[in-house]
Order: sequence, then C-alpha cells, then structure tokens
Amino acid sequence: MVKKDLSVDFLGVHFENPFCLSSSPVGNCFEMCKKAYDTGWAGVVFKTIGPGDFLIDEVSPRFDAVTKEATPFVGFKNMEQIAEHPLEQNLEDLRKLKQAYPDKVLIASIMGPTEKDWEELARLVTEAGADMIEMNLSCPQMTSHAMGSDVGTNAELCKSFCAAVKRGSKLPMMAKMTPNITDMVPVAKACLEGGADGIAAINTIKSICNVDLDRKIGMPIINGKSSISGYSGKAVKPVALRFVQQLRDGIPGVPISGIGGIETWEDAAEFLLLGATTLQVTTAIMQYGYRIVEDMKNGLMHYMEEQGVDRLQDLIGVANQNMIPAENLDRDYVVYPDFDTDKCIGCGRCYISCYDGAHQAISWDEENRKPSCDHDKCVGCHLCVLVCPVHAIDKGEVVMKPGRKGSPEEKAI
Amino acid sequence: MTKQYSQELVQGYTMSTVMEEAQRCLLCHDAPCSNACPAGTDPAKFIRSVRFRNFKGAAETIRSNNALGAACARICPTERYCELACSRCGIDRPINIGGIQRFVTDFEEQCGMKILEKGPANGKKVAVVGSGPAGLQAAATLLQLGYAVDVYEKGAKAGGFLRSGIPEYRLPDAVVDTEVARIAELGANFKYGTEIGKDVSLDDLKAGYDAVLVAVGIGKPQMLEMFEGNPYAVPAVTFLAEVDEKQGNVDLPDNALVIGGGDAAMDVATTLKLLGVQNVTTVTRKELSDFRASKEELETARASGVTIVDGYAPVAVDGKVVTFRHRKLNSELKIEADKIVLAVGQTTDAAQLGLPIVKNEVDFEGYHADGKVFVAGDIAKGDKTAVWAVRKGKAAAYEIHNYLGGN
Repeated sequence: MVKKDLSVDFLGVHFENPFCLSSSPVGNCFEMCKKAYDTGWAGVVFKTIGPGDFLIDEVSPRFDAVTKEATPFVGFKNMEQIAEHPLEQNLEDLRKLKQAYPDKVLIASIMGPTEKDWEELARLVTEAGADMIEMNLSCPQMTSHAMGSDVGTNAELCKSFCAAVKRGSKLPMMAKMTPNITDMVPVAKACLEGGADGIAAINTIKSICNVDLDRKIGMPIINGKSSISGYSGKAVKPVALRFVQQLRDGIPGVPISGIGGIETWEDAAEFLLLGATTLQVTTAIMQYGYRIVEDMKNGLMHYMEEQGVDRLQDLIGVANQNMIPAENLDRDYVVYPDFDTDKCIGCGRCYISCYDGAHQAISWDEENRKPSCDHDKCVGCHLCVLVCPVHAIDKGEVVMKPGRKGSPEEKAI
Repeated sequence: MTKQYSQELVQGYTMSTVMEEAQRCLLCHDAPCSNACPAGTDPAKFIRSVRFRNFKGAAETIRSNNALGAACARICPTERYCELACSRCGIDRPINIGGIQRFVTDFEEQCGMKILEKGPANGKKVAVVGSGPAGLQAAATLLQLGYAVDVYEKGAKAGGFLRSGIPEYRLPDAVVDTEVARIAELGANFKYGTEIGKDVSLDDLKAGYDAVLVAVGIGKPQMLEMFEGNPYAVPAVTFLAEVDEKQGNVDLPDNALVIGGGDAAMDVATTLKLLGVQNVTTVTRKELSDFRASKEELETARASGVTIVDGYAPVAVDGKVVTFRHRKLNSELKIEADKIVLAVGQTTDAAQLGLPIVKNEVDFEGYHADGKVFVAGDIAKGDKTAVWAVRKGKAAAYEIHNYLGGN
C-alpha cells in the first residue's frame, strides 16, 4: 500500500491533502460537507453566502450538459446561483462543521453587492469559525449585475471589495477569478493589492451548451426561454490550466487554488505542476459523488512514488518554467512519425487525417492496408500519432531543418 | 409458456448503448466491413452516420441498399461477412454491425420513414414467383426501376423462409410484416394462395408478363430414409413452420431429439427449450470443431440448455429409439425421445417449373434462365443465406431491367 504525504500549506492553513469541494451545489449544507469530509476531502468551500436580504430564487430545471458519443458529461452547464438557505442557517452550518471537524479546513465563500455587505459577511463567517475566506467575484449567472462575474472583470471594484473583506476579517483570503476575461492578471493583481492572500481560478465559463432544435430554445428551457450561464467539467480544464499558468507567469509565486475540470489524479497533478497548491472540484462530484477523492488521493500517491517525490509540496509549480512564449520555441528540427507495422491494424485513419487535415505525406498500400510516410512531404505535425487507435505511431527519426545549427541528439523531443 | 419464444432473445440497443458501440468503430479508410457484405450494404457509412448522430441518414444507407434491412440485421451471419472483416478484431472484438443495423432500422420504423421510392412507370410488367427474401428484394428493386410487379406466393402470407423458417425469438413475424408492408406500399401486388405450376402455369406467366422471375427457395423438407413414416419424426422446416403459424402453441413432448448440426438444428433445439421442453438433445454428425451452425446460434442453443452431442450419425431407429454410431470411435449411443426432429437439409420444390435444376441449384451461372425467365433465391447459384438472397434478388432485377432494354 502506497503511503505519501499529500498535505499542503496554503495561505498559512494546513490541508491534509489538496482536495476541496468548490463553492457550489456540492457543499450546500452541513450534511453534504460532513459526508465529503468523511469521504476524505481535506477542505470544503461552503456554497457562497450572500447578504441576508438578497433573495435566491432558482429556475427549474437548471443544468445542461455537452455530450459526445457515449460520454455523458464532456462539459456541464449550471444556472444555480449562491446558497439559497437563510444567512443564519448557513452560518449555523459553518459553526457545526468547524465544531465537528476541527482538523479539516472550512472555507467560507462570500459575495455581496456593496463594500458594506462584503465587510459584514467577512465578519460573520469569521465569527462562525471559518478558517479561510474565498471571495466569489465570478459567478456568471447572478440575477444581480452588482455581483458575480460582472464584478470580476472590473479590477478597481475587485480591489475595493477585497479591502472591505480585509476590514471585516483577519482570516487568510483568496479571490476567485472569472475566466470570462482576456487577461486575468490585472484583476488578480488588483485583488492582491486590495488585500487578497491568494487567487482561486477558474470559475465557470459563460456558455450555451445546446439548443433544442424543435423548439428553437437554448437548454435548459425555463418556460420557453433560457439564459447564458457557467460551463464547467472536463471540457474547461485546458482553459483553467492556461489561466493558472498565466497567473504564475504574471505574478511569480502567487498562491493559487486550482479549479476547472478536475476528475482524476492526473488532472490534479497537472494543476499542481502548473502552480496550484490546493484543488477544488464540483462537476465530477455532481456526476460521480464525493467518493472520487479516493482515487484522486491514491493515484496522486502512486504518482509521487513513481516520481520519487516524498512531499506533494515539491511538485507545485514545477512545470511553470517549461511553458514559454511561442516565439521562443525551438523551430530548428522535425520529428518524423515512426510506424510500428506489427501494431498497425490497417484502419487507415492516419492516412485520412494526413490527407484531409495535414500534408498528404502518408501513402496507403491498398492491398496490404498499411500506411507509409513520405519524409519529403511530412512536416512532423504528428496528427497521425493522435488519431491512431492502437498507438502504433510514435516519435521517430529527428532531423534538423536545412541550414539549422545543432544536432538531433541534443533535442529533448 | 410461449412468452420466451415470442420475444426477441437479443435485446436491442438504446440510443445510449448504440452510441457506445458506434464509438468503438475505428471509422476505417476503405472499410473492410463494407467490402465484405454480399448484399453490398455499406456498414462503414451507416455506422459513421450513427457516430455523427445522423440516424435518418444511416437508415437511408441501409434501406436504399437492402429492402430487408431490418430482417437481415437480425439474422445475417455477420460473423462470416462484415464482422469477420472488421479492423477492430485487431484490438478486441468486431463492432456489432448487425446490432447497430437493427437499431437504425427500428429507428426508421419508429419515425415512419419512407425511403424507397417507386420509379416512373415504364409500362412493363414482371411476375415474381416466391415471396422469400430474394423475391421481395427483386420486387423492391424492380418497382424502384418503374416496373409493375406481381408477386405470386403459394402461402397465405409473404416472407418465405424469413417467416416460417426463422423462429420468432430471432426474427419476429412483426418485423417481416413491416418489411413486406413497405414493399406492398411501394406498389407490389401480392397474389397469395397461388402456386405456379399448379394454379397458374409458368407459360401463362410468360404470356402475361414481360419477364418472370422464379425466386423460389429450397423449402421442401428432407427426411432420412429410416425415419420415413415414423410417427415421432418430423422435419425441421415443418416443425418450425408449425410453431410459427401457431405462435408457439403446439403440443410439446417431455423430451426431444434433434438430429443435425446446422442453423436449422440449433433453431429447432432452442425453440423447443424456449417453449418449455425439459430435455432437448441435439446429435450431430460433424464434430464441434467444424460445426456448420453459426457460433452465435450454437451459443444461443447452449445457453438455453440444449445438450449437444457431436460426432454421432444415426444408424437405426426403432419407434422412439434412435441408435447412433460415432463416425470415428467405436462407440454407440441410444436415445429415446418423444419427438424426433430432423434438421438434415431441404430440397427445392421447383420441379414443376421445368428449370434445369441439379442438386437444388440451376445448372447455369447468373440469373437468366431462358427467354423471359429469370431465377433468384436459393435455386440460383451462390450461398443460401438471406443476405445472399438480397444480393441475388437485386442482381436478377437488374438483369431483367437490362433484358427489357433498361440501363
């Protein structure tokens, strides 16, 4: 049995592992959070608590999903807003959770329309026993434009709200970013200037998943209409990873809680390597339940074992330095694909993709149903490698482009 | 008691499970499956349509090529054709092409799609003799080419072996009815209870039509000589036809003996088990290693509890007791049964039509017999499967079209 130290320290708080529920339907009450803690989640970001006078009134139905062939949730769309329970009940749940689970991490997500609300909510959740505050500056489906992602794209407003929260509480605080913005760094910097100790990224992406083709209405349909709302799940992971990398690039060393499409330990490891210290999950839990944390933790331990790493902390941000601007990449050589004819089952997918989507470099032996590569035409794009269903195509011969310096042996292909 | 018999044994795909299966397809270039269908169906194309969620397009691909697409989906021995060629075999197991075809043709039916269209009338008339798969396909092709088509069927319903020879649990009559109704709607005029050579002569047909297509099968039961007159013995086709006609409500023995090792033997044995017969033993001359029945049929029979004894041939019969001897070993076997079903082959019953038939097949290649007379179905050269019947029906229709000056 593998046993590794998965604990991390984030904004001065100790987490037994990096896995937390993100602020969402999966952490909406005491019972849910209790079950999550019992299943092995280190932290809970309790569903965003708003001011007592802000009435939450949800639509029905409120979710949709992008599917592909037999995969039911490639991406997921959610129209639910912040916690619908009364403020006092939410605070009571926080109190009970902290009491029952003193060693687990309790993070209160808050959101308000005015500085006064932010300050007051920060004070209330601190009193209730939260270990940390997350500012929700990014929910894309609020019924008020004074809250949510409209605020999160306004750096000045974010800064003033952060300052307000800091006035209300001395707890460590992270600001949760919206991805519905070209460059997240200026907003993140403003939040840090306002007093945030770290950044949580990303919240959901504004989306329309599907349109009902008979009724000509976006999905889900609410009395004949629909709305744009947040997109999450596996499909958004690449977008989330990109923002995490850009934050680490733009603000070296910034502590990040990574969010966006984490389902497996591999997803988790990618976020860690790109600089996230803690990880937050919702969509995969909505689909599969809290139990997914078991394989994320165990898988991560095995990965550490394979990598010879004893402390998870040692993996954080290791990959950041290997992401560089496109103009700085080595463009001096070509890696030709290598075809393993024993593995090849003769489906011809590489031939089709090379012809229709690349450079017509693969010829097809009709009789024997085998591909072969013409190096004069091949540019080494490796589309064929990606489409091969049996992994019969791999990186092969490396050659320098004509007139370039260096030798193929030096290249880390 | 007949519930099991009257329900399809294999469950059809749902919208989700068919997508799971379709995504297993490698979407090959120059797909081997499509080159392996005797009827020229293009599985690669219809599976790709399913994969990209164009179910109606998939139905068009199947139906425009095969007027019996829903029946073939259920009974075609795909393990010998498209699924044998499937590239996915190089990874694990072939795509269940028959299963996907069944889903698509069921979808077509549920949507009430009308894919086949009657061609502009060319004023010519063709008589089709026999309403089995070859006759039905030929009728459909001819109608699409603009011919008026009369289909002569000696029985009360169309479908031939599809109806009477394939048990309900593999191919429900309802599916055959739908296939026939579609061809009737296309314009085929079915003349039931009319046997050519008896009620109407072939010469009459030649006089009344521009061409005559004899698409008769080899449905006449064969008996081993030693069983002639045995009150306990019945040929497989007779038994299956009776079960079909009475929808399973037949007198059942406590135990039954089936002699034969082909698909018909497996159909009979499984049918008996599904109807509730306690002990069903099948004895076959061939050894299992070179069994004639399709693997799927063999598996189905075994799974339903049929005892299969291989390598023994019948040498004597005394009433209910049959004595078998092993073909190679010095071994004898005696089995007593209340019912003995012989699945030892069939012969053609087209003798009265005056065609040059040798060993249940015409003695010439192709489909043109003489003058106005053409052949298709099991009596034409080639395999004796439904998918081949479709191939022959189509080919014969085009030969007739050619003969009558079409292009």
